[in-house]
Amino acid sequence: MANSQTTPGIVPGRLPADDIARNFTDLHAPLAPHEAAVAADRCYFCHDAPCMTACPTSIDIPLFIRQIGTGTPEAAAKTIFNQNILGGMCARVCPTETLCEEVCVRETAEGAPVEIGRLQRFATDRLMAKGVHPFERAAATGKRVAVVGAGPAGLSCAHRLAMLGHDVTIYEARAKAGGLNEYGIAAYKTPDGFAQAEVDWLMQIGGIEIVEGKRLGESLSLAGLQDDFDAVFLSIGLGGVNALRASGEDKANVTDAVGFIADLRQSSDLGALPVGRDVVVIGGGMTAVDAAIQSRKLGAENVTIVYRRGQEAMGASRYEQDLAAQNGVRLMFNLRPVAVHGNGAAAEIELEYTTVQDGTVTGTGETLRLRADQVFKAIGQTLTDAPEGLDLSGGKIAVTEAGRTSVAGVWAGGDCASGGDDLTVTAVAEGRDAAMDMHAVLVG
Amino acid sequence: MADLTTNFLGITSPNPFWLASAPPTDKEYNVRRAFEAGWGGVVWKTLGSEGPPVVNVNGPRYGAIYGADRRLLGLNNIELITDRPLQTNLEEITRVKRDYPDRALIVSIMVPCEEEAWKAILPMVEATGADGIELNFGCPHGMAERGMGSAVGQVPEYITMVTEWCKQYYSKPVIVKLTPNITDIRKPAQAAFKGNADAVSLINTINSITSVNLDLMAPEPTIDGKGTHGGYCGPAVKPIALNMVAEIARDAETRGKPISAIGGITTWRDAAEFMVMGAGNVQVCTAAMTYGFKVVQEMISGLSQWMDDKGYAATSDFIGAGVPNVTDWQYLNLNYITKARIDQDACIKCGRCYAACEDTSHQAISMSPDRVFEVQDDECVACNLCVDVCPVENCITMVELQPGEMDKRTGKPVPSEYANWTTHPNNPAAQAAE
Repeated sequence: MANSQTTPGIVPGRLPADDIARNFTDLHAPLAPHEAAVAADRCYFCHDAPCMTACPTSIDIPLFIRQIGTGTPEAAAKTIFNQNILGGMCARVCPTETLCEEVCVRETAEGAPVEIGRLQRFATDRLMAKGVHPFERAAATGKRVAVVGAGPAGLSCAHRLAMLGHDVTIYEARAKAGGLNEYGIAAYKTPDGFAQAEVDWLMQIGGIEIVEGKRLGESLSLAGLQDDFDAVFLSIGLGGVNALRASGEDKANVTDAVGFIADLRQSSDLGALPVGRDVVVIGGGMTAVDAAIQSRKLGAENVTIVYRRGQEAMGASRYEQDLAAQNGVRLMFNLRPVAVHGNGAAAEIELEYTTVQDGTVTGTGETLRLRADQVFKAIGQTLTDAPEGLDLSGGKIAVTEAGRTSVAGVWAGGDCASGGDDLTVTAVAEGRDAAMDMHAVLVG
Repeated sequence: MADLTTNFLGITSPNPFWLASAPPTDKEYNVRRAFEAGWGGVVWKTLGSEGPPVVNVNGPRYGAIYGADRRLLGLNNIELITDRPLQTNLEEITRVKRDYPDRALIVSIMVPCEEEAWKAILPMVEATGADGIELNFGCPHGMAERGMGSAVGQVPEYITMVTEWCKQYYSKPVIVKLTPNITDIRKPAQAAFKGNADAVSLINTINSITSVNLDLMAPEPTIDGKGTHGGYCGPAVKPIALNMVAEIARDAETRGKPISAIGGITTWRDAAEFMVMGAGNVQVCTAAMTYGFKVVQEMISGLSQWMDDKGYAATSDFIGAGVPNVTDWQYLNLNYITKARIDQDACIKCGRCYAACEDTSHQAISMSPDRVFEVQDDECVACNLCVDVCPVENCITMVELQPGEMDKRTGKPVPSEYANWTTHPNNPAAQAAE
């Protein structure tokens, strides 16, 4: 008999294949040309626009929207890519509700911002669909740069360096480039293989080689890279996941949310991907929301997000919280895990109520239990495998505004580096800015 | 509720909203539907002389310009006068007038500039029982190349001459429809009344090319790779029409003469504005072509509500009420001094007022790092550009300085007396104040 939402345990195919396929289609349908024209017309072309200031990559948003409005989405796309070469992915995954769209004056005036994210996607999709690359390389400088990690920061850095005439080799530990764009973002935000298509498109600039299966600390060393290249950019991400520090954490089916999301993104048949009947996700960030919603979309009967602080402190935006709620995810606040119960595998999770005073979370002693045959940990990631000799700050590689580490000739950016939110768009900005600084140093 | 009944030249209609002579009024089917929808009157699409009718192009005959969301702002046409047989039109006019005695039905006419041509058609039109005629001296395309339409309207002597013929061979009211494609609209209006016209109607369409096809390198609408200028109408032409109506309404020679206003009238408010500027009624075309005949219902309800709100019992209570307030620049009060004021609670901080003032005006708006925009009274000349570009209605307003208050820009107190350019010391032709 086929599995259903109420089948006990961790099983695949809880929903009919058609339902699963529908659940994982585009979260936001692309704008049709006329819709884009109407949406673009709402932009007031603000002076020194707040949206532009709020964008970590400082895209000239009023200009690109006006370019859409006047029938030149390709020119709009170039405005976007000038500042953010991963503008296509950012259009899909940026939490615009806490960035550009939050400060849109239309939001102030009407509570409905200009749809900047969807307009950005309209423009970038148009240009990328043509299969052409809008930038050309400058004359060769003869300089060679190593980039470690082919995530957003590494790709952005490599592209800018290649544009400036340098030759770049990207080393990537995994089988595919893209980093969290490929392995770590909810599938319904970037369907249809967009992450790989974007990497392929970006590579059209030329002068970039990607070497997969090379991990720093294993087949690569920082010293070796420094010897072989004129400069090094580290964008190695965060490899570790924080522990729950609850008893029973080692029981079967208590796993990292990032692993679940990566498996889901790499799955060619979501109907074959197993998920629990009663899923509990511990954490309050975007990873927690992505894991929870996708569990529901796969057919889990009950999915609960448990966060140890109040709703207002949650890392995921209110929009993301609402999206979770719309998908039938239950959000519980001021609760922390104290024990996972079960005979070998998780069956229940015991949670303790908390209070927060002066930022410190304290348990009240009162507990409750939830059925939990699958528990996902989404309580933050940590830097692992940082090369020896680099100064750290707050558990990350310490960098200056321009991305310089404490070691000359080595820059870093993205989630592994200090400063900035751990967002795709922030990583792109850091990679781009480090490239500009590296260029200044390399060409003297 | 206000009475919208309008008496224009002795022709009464239940409301002042007439359909202009144009494609919507080309045949019985349309006109009956228009009357059923509530239109107060119709000017039947222009009739030509008996004989083989004119022909129209068989490719596109309209072009448009758009605002946001493809809102039609301006329409251009190269359609000619009716291309149906004269007798067919006359029979239909007779039937419709018989069935709708309470509605105004006017027949538009355009025949060659020869007395015999007018003498021939006018009795036939008279026999239909229609309430009056409108002389089409306005259409700027096609027919003008044959010496008709605006080719007549651009020569005041011809206007007078033909109008006189019509008054001679036709017993009911004669309305002369004017072309705006001239330098001074007062001259053709004067010529019409000189020929004893009962009224003028304006504006007909404006010579225009609405757009150019950048692939074909040809004007649109494009007929086999070529285009020709058409007649422009719709909301975009309203300001031009308003001015022309007002010029005739306040001209010493034509003041008080009946005017039927045409030109971009789309809402009740447009109609009210034209009537306040001296029009006895209004004619509509593009709004009906864009939205269908039903739009008249909004025009009727809107005008009624406004009249009730203002206490006007009849349209005659406000027709022409604004004419005395249209004057020449030289008589504007130079001692009327205002300053822009920004309502900080209403401001959404888009900065458009700042960009406009800083880049293109008088650097009279300051911007703080936290996006607070404030007017600098010592630089503000009250040009109103900030008001015009602000997306929030009533966020920026012009506030009048009272006599005695300091104008920080000039460093002088506001004078209490009226003073204009005619007596200004900078005017070489200034007359000494008595």
